[in-house]
Amino acid sequence: MSLGNLDSLAYIVPEILLALGVILLFLGDLVVRNKQRLGEAALLIILLAALAAAQLRGTTEGFLFNRMLVTDPFAVFFKMLFGFSAAVAVYMSLGSREVQRTSQGEYYAMLTSATLATFFMACANHLLMAYLSLEFLSLTSYVLSGFMRHDRRSGEAALKYLIYGGVASGTMIYGMSWIYGLTGSMDLGHINAALQAGAPDKLAMFIALLLTFAGFGYKISAVPFHMWAPDVYTGAPIPVTAFLSVASKAAGFALLMRVFYPGLSKFNADGSWQMIPGVDWPQLVLVLSMVTMTLGNLSALTQRNLKRLLAYSSIAHAGYMLMGFVVLTNEGLRAMMFYMVVYYLMNMGAFLVVMMVSNDTGREDIDAFRGLAWRGGTVPAVAMAIFLFSLTGLPPLAGFVGKFYLFAAVVKQHFYFLALVGVANSVVSLYYYMRIVRTMFLDMPNGDEAPVTLSMQEGAMLGLLAGLTIILGVYWQPIINMADQSVRFHLG
Amino acid sequence: MGILTLMTFIPLLGALVVLCLPDSKPNLIRYAATAFTLPSLLMGFWLFQNFDRTQAGFQFVERTPWISSYNIEYFVGVDGISITMVLLTALLGPICMIASYGIEKAVKGYFALFLLLDAAMFGVFISLDFFLFYIFWELMLLPMYFLIGIWGGPRREYAAIKFFLYTLFGSVLMLIAMLALYFGQSPHTFDMTKLAASAAQFSEEMKLTIWIALFIGFAIKIPAFPFHTWLPDAHVEAPTAISVILAGVLLKMGTYGILRVNFTFLPDTTAQVAGIFLGALGAWNIIYGALCALAQTDMKKLVAYSSVSHMGYVMLGMAAFTPAGIDGAVLQMFNHGTVTAMLFLLVGVLYDRAHHRNIDGFGGIASIMPVYTSIVALAFFAALGLPGLSAFISEVLVLIGAWKNHPILTIIGASAVIFTAGYILWMMQRVFLGKPNEKYLDLPDINTRELVTLVPLAVIVVILGVYPHAVLNLMTESLHQLIKPMAAMSQNVAQIDPAAMPDVAPRGETAN
Repeated sequence: MSLGNLDSLAYIVPEILLALGVILLFLGDLVVRNKQRLGEAALLIILLAALAAAQLRGTTEGFLFNRMLVTDPFAVFFKMLFGFSAAVAVYMSLGSREVQRTSQGEYYAMLTSATLATFFMACANHLLMAYLSLEFLSLTSYVLSGFMRHDRRSGEAALKYLIYGGVASGTMIYGMSWIYGLTGSMDLGHINAALQAGAPDKLAMFIALLLTFAGFGYKISAVPFHMWAPDVYTGAPIPVTAFLSVASKAAGFALLMRVFYPGLSKFNADGSWQMIPGVDWPQLVLVLSMVTMTLGNLSALTQRNLKRLLAYSSIAHAGYMLMGFVVLTNEGLRAMMFYMVVYYLMNMGAFLVVMMVSNDTGREDIDAFRGLAWRGGTVPAVAMAIFLFSLTGLPPLAGFVGKFYLFAAVVKQHFYFLALVGVANSVVSLYYYMRIVRTMFLDMPNGDEAPVTLSMQEGAMLGLLAGLTIILGVYWQPIINMADQSVRFHLG
Repeated sequence: MGILTLMTFIPLLGALVVLCLPDSKPNLIRYAATAFTLPSLLMGFWLFQNFDRTQAGFQFVERTPWISSYNIEYFVGVDGISITMVLLTALLGPICMIASYGIEKAVKGYFALFLLLDAAMFGVFISLDFFLFYIFWELMLLPMYFLIGIWGGPRREYAAIKFFLYTLFGSVLMLIAMLALYFGQSPHTFDMTKLAASAAQFSEEMKLTIWIALFIGFAIKIPAFPFHTWLPDAHVEAPTAISVILAGVLLKMGTYGILRVNFTFLPDTTAQVAGIFLGALGAWNIIYGALCALAQTDMKKLVAYSSVSHMGYVMLGMAAFTPAGIDGAVLQMFNHGTVTAMLFLLVGVLYDRAHHRNIDGFGGIASIMPVYTSIVALAFFAALGLPGLSAFISEVLVLIGAWKNHPILTIIGASAVIFTAGYILWMMQRVFLGKPNEKYLDLPDINTRELVTLVPLAVIVVILGVYPHAVLNLMTESLHQLIKPMAAMSQNVAQIDPAAMPDVAPRGETAN
């Protein structure tokens, strides 16, 4: 079903809310004196948008605005995920010392804009729209990561991000022009039909895929497009890092899945996916997945700065999630989507603890965590341990369930080698996550560390994230059901 | 809610309750934690009374759907193999709690983690759903890591992470094998009573790969050579009670897993490939562990290597596929649990007084601590297999059972008893006999609290030495049922006579 312009409006209520919110925040910055209020307003706007997205669950699916956008369960799922992860990022910003030292009004407006960009990425159905939304997210992210103007690392982060992003998006749009040349359209549905009708030149298609993947690979920080991540994650304010590692990455994945599944693969009536002859992307991504997780984990082993360590860990996690991507089944997609939910919980949580320690000690290296459990920070230390165990993938925590579904999807399609590489990586990752746990619990404080205090707001968020990480590790049926229902693209 | 669920989750509830108690009252925490292990012990007695010894199947079964979209169930029950392990866990729970009263650092955290560990151990032995089994299996790692890492000796950080990495490596291989088995079934299931590789029509190579992946996971826990190197480190650094749990229960999970998973799901691979391999590994473990123990100067390390050696008997007995062999193997698991628990407790008693465990640093302890020495003598004589004490029966059963299929391995295993006697007697001579060491003349003898932990175990060791049927008759039905297919297959292999079947080309010289 294809909706006209006016009818389409009802299905982009969340985006409209966010757009109005951005304008409101910019204007509000001129009149409101207490900038914390603006942060609270941004939180409210983003939460409203997430709830508005939730309202779209189970409603009509169809193409919007002459097939530029699409509304389907898949898009709605990701909009909710982006909304809630942006909300946590804003909530973190409210308590962040780093953010409080900047011009906060603009900061919250930019963060809301970035959220708006991710929403569009979830529902783009046209390569042009895909490119625009991706670029929108990139531009806002450059500004956000360089937001601490007087901090040189922050400036360096923004510059590196900008240069990398520029190259990656240039490469991508060049790849898209090849796809357009080969198929005669930029609409995903039409591209798909053209590819199925007649196999394109194999080499040309491969080059087009490789070039296009660069843009997505950069957003999800997959090797070899990952090199910006460690520097940007280290330099950006911590809530922005959390946003980049969760919402921005998931948005990259959402767009990647939309373009490569309904766009470049054949969907059969019985619900299975099939590679279109000559469009051989699974092989390519299979290799990238293994390289990404291995390189991410091995590089993380020696990191001493926690933001940098979590940057490499998030590269590794992109590799894990790509495992579900290469198997070309709905189970694989479902596993990825489930994983993104749990990754959101545990990674946000980990960054929240890093922020709390950074707020009180002004440091982000591992020594700032020495003996955290024994110098008043027992609650953040225990919560951090829960998040790290979950990131490793140990039961009974949500991270294990997420990995279990990924491995199950891989083993089901007999990709045993990929599964072995995946589990071997889990063992490697244990070592560096455990190093943090060891520093917090097994090492005693030297006595010169600043005490870490726990405020009500931080405690509540920490409790919520850690609680959900445990609960989803024991009973995850509702979330997997939701992911199951959301693996549904509108194909026309 | 059934009895097995209660046994498992009362300690877990205890962990939560202990966390809520005030830090300022360490004694209250200690007693409360102990109190939460007692119901499991009482229920253990009840199970021992009410377990139907004539049945081979699972009893006290409970099952409810858990995650329906993947057909994962909460499915628990015990048969003759697992009930012995459940009883062992129930028995060692309160004993180890009492043995931990000396812990002064972060008392609350220690006892809460210990109760969590206790719950996870019960969970492993009662799970009949592979997914549930895996969850409990992994759940043990977290408390164990902290218990060794925070409350351990000087090199605790190294020992804790080594233990963690080794075990996790093994269990992720198990996860892949588990998924392969799951998708091989139709309909897909994790039900351990239904899982079987034969239904999946895997190729022989695939079956062997799965067997090996599962085996590595379990062998690390046993620990079988060459995966044993974490054990001495973990034991030496762990506090006494944790060593007891480690040797008493955790090592058994390795052999239990092989029986429950490898033997049950892949009987033909087990019979055709594993028999000789497992037996040889067992015999090598016996010799290797004993030789390493001979060279130790640290009493705790000596006991740790003796565990490697004694677990070798379990593997040898399992590999025999004969009733006597398998009975001996599981009985040895139980006996090793009680005897080694005593050994570690006893080493702990001496360590608490002298603050070192160096074998050469003592002398004449027998005249300083006579009561203590008499219990030591009982425990170490049990460990070397003195007739009349429990371990003798199980080791003899293993050797009798293994003789039929692996005569050479049996000779090797039996001759290692000489080394065992060597390291035990030599150690006793250096520590307990001779002229009393001037430094230790005023060491107090064993106290009541320590006696409370040791006497029940000593009584069991003596009783099972005279009347092994008390435990044996629990397990025989299930075990004989378990080895039936493998015994049949290994006999077929033995009966292949190329001359009698001229039209069948013999595949290699497998017959003998």
